[in-house]
Amino acid sequence: MTTMATTISVNGTSVTRQVEPRTNLVDFLRGELGLTGTHVGCEHGVCGACTVLMDGATVRGCLILAVQASGRDVLTIEGLSEPGHRITKALQEAFVLRNALQCGFCTPGILVTATELLTQDPAPSRELIREAISGHYCRCTGYHAIVDAVQQAADVLAATQGPA
Amino acid sequence: MMSDRAPVPPLALDRPNSYIGRSVPRPNARRLVQGRGHYTDDVAAPAGVLHAAFLRSPYAHARITHIDVAAAKAAPGVALVVTGAEIDQVCEPWVGVLSHFKGLRSATQHALAVDHVVWQGEPVVGVAALTRAMAEDALSLIEIAYAELPPVTDPDAALLPESPLIHPELGSNLAFALTVESGDAEAAFRDAHTVVSGDFRFGRHSPVTLEARSVLADFNPSERRLTVHQSTQTPYQMQDIYARHLGLPQANVHVIAKDVGGSFGMKLHVYGDEVATVAMSVILGRAVKFIADRLESFPSDIHARDHRVRARMAVAADGEITAMIVDDLTGVGAFSAYPRTSAVEGNQAIRLMGGPYKLRHYSGNLRVVFQNKAVMSQYRAVGHPIACGVTEALVDQAAAAIGLDPLEFRRRNLLTDDVYPYTSPTGYLFERLSHHQCVDKLERLMDYPALRADQAEARTKGVVRGIGFAVFIEITNPGPAFYGVGGARITAQDGCVLTLEPSGNIRCAVSVTEQGQGTEAIMAQIAASAVGVRIEDVRVITGDTAATPYGGATWASRGAGIGGETVLITGKALRANLLRLAGILLQMPPDNLDISDGLIVDNATGRERITLQELARIAYYRPDTLPQGVQAELTAAHHHVPRGQPFAFTNGIQASHVEVDVESGFVRLLNHWVVEDCGRVINPLLVDEQIRGGVVQGIGAALFEECLYSEQGQLLNGTLADYLVPMASEMPDIHVDHVSTPTLHSELGAKGVGEAGTAGAAAAVLNAINDALQPFGARLSQMPATPERILRALGKLAG
Ligand code: FES
Ligand code: FES
Repeated sequence: MTTMATTISVNGTSVTRQVEPRTNLVDFLRGELGLTGTHVGCEHGVCGACTVLMDGATVRGCLILAVQASGRDVLTIEGLSEPGHRITKALQEAFVLRNALQCGFCTPGILVTATELLTQDPAPSRELIREAISGHYCRCTGYHAIVDAVQQAADVLAATQGPA
Repeated sequence: MMSDRAPVPPLALDRPNSYIGRSVPRPNARRLVQGRGHYTDDVAAPAGVLHAAFLRSPYAHARITHIDVAAAKAAPGVALVVTGAEIDQVCEPWVGVLSHFKGLRSATQHALAVDHVVWQGEPVVGVAALTRAMAEDALSLIEIAYAELPPVTDPDAALLPESPLIHPELGSNLAFALTVESGDAEAAFRDAHTVVSGDFRFGRHSPVTLEARSVLADFNPSERRLTVHQSTQTPYQMQDIYARHLGLPQANVHVIAKDVGGSFGMKLHVYGDEVATVAMSVILGRAVKFIADRLESFPSDIHARDHRVRARMAVAADGEITAMIVDDLTGVGAFSAYPRTSAVEGNQAIRLMGGPYKLRHYSGNLRVVFQNKAVMSQYRAVGHPIACGVTEALVDQAAAAIGLDPLEFRRRNLLTDDVYPYTSPTGYLFERLSHHQCVDKLERLMDYPALRADQAEARTKGVVRGIGFAVFIEITNPGPAFYGVGGARITAQDGCVLTLEPSGNIRCAVSVTEQGQGTEAIMAQIAASAVGVRIEDVRVITGDTAATPYGGATWASRGAGIGGETVLITGKALRANLLRLAGILLQMPPDNLDISDGLIVDNATGRERITLQELARIAYYRPDTLPQGVQAELTAAHHHVPRGQPFAFTNGIQASHVEVDVESGFVRLLNHWVVEDCGRVINPLLVDEQIRGGVVQGIGAALFEECLYSEQGQLLNGTLADYLVPMASEMPDIHVDHVSTPTLHSELGAKGVGEAGTAGAAAAVLNAINDALQPFGARLSQMPATPERILRALGKLAG
């Protein structure tokens, strides 16, 4: 199988690898770069476990090929866990305190989507949160605690922001 | 040995520094939210690791007439291609029967099919190659010729004399039959004032753990040592299986389950593709990894449910339920699962029927049949949703027939507080249940009168709402009665080793395992409370046969009740050791001392005498300063198995509030409430989330989940897009409250909570839908209640 030289900015660092055109982004991140925080739950675009940010917007890592991410900016849960990502940090804290994860397999993907949500809407309603994370399957929690945690994170972020 | 055996003060579980009953967050959650979990596919694979893929049968039933693997063997990157017969050379096949299910039969099952395939998706040929893609490329080069045989798919048809036989050597497709009789049910029906009945159907489910089945095996031929990383609930059971079936000494087999991405009972069965992966590693002397992809999970993970139940309930004029007669037919796929069998769900379903109520006349008849479908076996709340679904539907019908409110009717018939200990007509022993307190609490929690008023008001506006209840009982804390008595090498005991480390921290190695329930947090809470240290100073180690004692691990809601008690007993022993040592150092009787927050303190004054760190420093580095003959015992080890009852029972009640769109058949879940009694609650935060997660799996059963098969035995909806599981936007908030009746068979008093949500949720939702449809004269007795089925019940769709 032929390979193509592909350069992607991943978590702020530019990486170049020879990749087979059939390799999808999540396999590239996990297999080539060892970034195993992004998970594979279905490989057909339904479960959301493979969600990462590409140029600031959520994408499913199983639905795009690594070569399609060429020249783009990809942020994974590992990158979002580094200092400076205050929305993700607040979400992570709230998820732990509220026990909004059980097995944790769905969690990185949901945190990526919730980060995008709170970036766009700092005070979403419960319905909107449920709507926003409906592209993610969680088989363990029943979702209630996840909705609570996203709301808690939004509250904490609003409080630490100070009055406008 | 300690020279001084003076007694130590007794332990109060609710002392000030106790963590029991507190909502402590899980210590292992932090790394999971940062993407630093270690699921099996994340484990750094040994150099030269190969990736396995399997060619699976496209037919539900066929003879294999020819296999040609020559081209696959020659394909790039391929290290090994194996057939069933070749795997059999290194791996003993199995039969999924246990002796306590009298008459249970199954056929010999090979890791990979030999000559005969019996379900679509059964693995036939395995390939190990440098990458998964190369292995899949090689699969496409394998040629297999099949001679199709007539498939057996319908469970009723499976028992007809003219039915084809799945396993001709068994002489029929009947796997197991059981009759449970108590009192005189027929006479009770003759005397009944009112009889209600129904034909119930429960869909076939796939557990859908978000992390698929995963295994990484590494056989080292120089020492004949096998290391297996596996996504499993039961590392010790798997260690025993690999050792026996691959002919290795058990001590040479090391099974590690780091993070497990959901299991729900699905990851404790033996799967041919996983065993074949391990066998390929043994054949090659190299590491081999198999991660099931979602499309192969659907037809190869165990399925569950799939029951057809015909049931009747007899009621006296005063509204007393007197009897039930139940006939349950369940299809379990092509084999009885190994090693736990596929008789357990039917056995529990038929014995749990009517369980919360006072009726004394019961007749239950169970038939378990083989089909050319994926193997069915234990999945969360084994048998409970069937029993609860049937019983609670009949209870609602009976209440309506008698003209009583469904909650009031339940109150009249639920077991009363004065009957315990109580043996049910089906032989179950209830130590103490709290049905009436749970009903009272639920009624307040949901504000039942207000909901009924809202329902009436909504009706006037053409909005169709319904309220449904489901009382449930739940089997927990299984002892050897579950499997051990039937000859299974599945232990019901757990083991714990607690050590005061040189740092003053406590190391807790325990045989129960974590799949997200919060096992590690709960064990840390109990260890910290029992020893008297801060929870931050406890490290819990689980899921590794080389690092913890041998034990049953986590299934059937046994982690907190059995594993927790094991840690408690061990913690008390370590505390006694440490107090004795402190007593010697401080020249005080140990019972005048206590351990609190990591300090040895004066019992009377609470004054600090010495830190555990200092005690550890002396014991590890300056034992020369201890008196002659004193050996500091810094480790305590204990095993524990529950005795006194075969297993425990919890109870509770759920309620569902729904709105049905009678034009489209769509159901909107407005609210859901649960009040349950799992005995002592160790961590309310974790218990509530166990319940909520369980409820949503039950809601999936009620509304969405069903493996659809064609008459030819083809799974029609085996993708995550087609097999519907609950999504966030469709789920209601779930309100949870508790009644606490600790079991007196343990000091901890915890009974377990893993099944409770799933046990009753589906019944509550279906009853709510039927309550909504009642004015239309429509009634459903089939799950899932899809929009199509609701419209059919309403007469808006033909057929
Ligand atoms: S793995 Fe990409 S959506 Fe499921
Ligand atoms: S926490 Fe297990 S799938 Fe969401």
